[in-house]
Amino acid sequence: MDNLKRNLGIIWMLIGPVLFIMLMISAIDNINGHTKGDISNPIPWIIILLVFLPIAVGLTIFGWYALKGNYDKKSR
Amino acid sequence: MQSAKGIWKVITASSVGTLIEWYDFYIFGSLSTIIAQKFFPAENPTAALLSTLATFAAGFIVRPFGAIFFGRLGDIIGRKYTFLLTLVLMGGATFLIGCVPSYATIGGWAPFLVLMLRLLQGLALGGEYGGAATYVAEHAPPNRRGFYTSWIQTTATLGLFLSLGVILGIRRLVGVDEFTNGNGWRYPFLLSIVLVIVSIIIRLKMKESPMFTKLKSEGKTSANPLKESFGKRENFKMVLLALFGATMGQGVIWYTSQFYAQNFILTKCNIDYEQGNIIILIALAMATPFFVLFGWLSDKWGRKNIMMAGMLLGVLFYRPIFNEIYKEADVTKKEVTAMEPFSETWNYVSANGQYPRNTIEFTDGTVLKSASKISSPIKRSPNWQITLGQDSKAKIIVLVFVMVLFVTMVYGPIAAFLVELFPTKIRYTSMSLPYHIGNGVFGGLVPFIATLITTLPGTNALSGLWYPIGVAALCFIIGSLYLSNKLNSKHG
Repeated sequence: MDNLKRNLGIIWMLIGPVLFIMLMISAIDNINGHTKGDISNPIPWIIILLVFLPIAVGLTIFGWYALKGNYDKKSR
Repeated sequence: MQSAKGIWKVITASSVGTLIEWYDFYIFGSLSTIIAQKFFPAENPTAALLSTLATFAAGFIVRPFGAIFFGRLGDIIGRKYTFLLTLVLMGGATFLIGCVPSYATIGGWAPFLVLMLRLLQGLALGGEYGGAATYVAEHAPPNRRGFYTSWIQTTATLGLFLSLGVILGIRRLVGVDEFTNGNGWRYPFLLSIVLVIVSIIIRLKMKESPMFTKLKSEGKTSANPLKESFGKRENFKMVLLALFGATMGQGVIWYTSQFYAQNFILTKCNIDYEQGNIIILIALAMATPFFVLFGWLSDKWGRKNIMMAGMLLGVLFYRPIFNEIYKEADVTKKEVTAMEPFSETWNYVSANGQYPRNTIEFTDGTVLKSASKISSPIKRSPNWQITLGQDSKAKIIVLVFVMVLFVTMVYGPIAAFLVELFPTKIRYTSMSLPYHIGNGVFGGLVPFIATLITTLPGTNALSGLWYPIGVAALCFIIGSLYLSNKLNSKHG
């Protein structure tokens, strides 16, 4: 189980930046795009990207800790 | 530990205050359409900008910031005075929102003042929950912590229940027109001050948490809770685990089963405002005791197993349940019994302010009113307002109740779970941040991301659900693998 937890750490490390990039692409596509309401408004996007950046970094750090065995049974 | 009588006093004092804070926070959200009309006119770009900030900044930025600010304070000066302060702040801000003159009276000051007060509400909410949960948990014996803290867990749902009940009650009492166009909408805000004063009096009589008092008398409190919470790997790894393995999924389940369901019923199914909210109210009332049941069970079976089961059920059943709700409100599949002729004159105003000119009755008792002429065969229209027959209404109540059950599974044990994850001296700070990121950010983003998904080609009314399902699924995997189901915490 500890090996699985460690190996999955790589996935968690990748998910953080991938999701953030996807969110940035969505922001660029939607701001002043064909959609209406908050989706095309830059302010919510700026707030969401600002808030999600540390969260994405946090997920990457979580993955790094997992990879390094910080969540192994013996280290808890 | 506290005597049996003492612990109930602690639970009552903490729960009543937290319930009022949730009530205060929700009435703003529930009355957002009226507030927008009064304070944030769309034709004024500055007011529209302030409106967007009030919607997004309060939940996404200020709530986590409040968690850090008040969490730090609570770990330094104590739980009691910190969550007393958040209560005063929340009650004061809510009362004042009800007093602010409209945009038509004082111009640009109106949206500015409302924005500031809304941000204060977010700040106070960020500090309240961690304090209340920690305070109750530190009075409770370890083997009953899940049960006792579960009473705090009922407050978020009861706060929503209370806010909907007060709004519907006042709306009925003063009339729809006075509520919407007069000053009726202000009363739920003004009422807050009475509730808050009562709660402050109760809380002032309470003593500081025994664990914190002991720590303080031994000089072992943290001098820098932020550094110890987030600067030390041993603790920071648990903050991250709490967020990605528990609160992230709990936040989306909580939001989807209650707020998104309410929004879906009103806007996607076009069910009448009053009937839609009564459906939610009944489902919430039926499900609320289960917070306590699952909190109690978490003392016996472990927190993790119950929380993960709730998350998995959400992942598996959200789409089928929402699909059933959608089908139940789909009048195109119902049999018509009577159709009043199309009226060229507007004869009365409906509850949502529309002017029904065409009415159709169906065999199951459902009534459809439309502001525009209904074509034959019947096709869905945003101008509809549907009042469901008894059977359909009952079925939707059961479906919403089942979804709120998922909430009770993930949310009932989570206070005890978070408290046990962190040491006493930095508990308030460490547990508040993941909780408010999970609920405020991941949960609060459900409507935005759901709308974003539905703008993609080939999507339908249910496609927005992929966001909460995806987040809950990721959290379920992380939580199942990395969380421990041990019943005895190393942090007493």
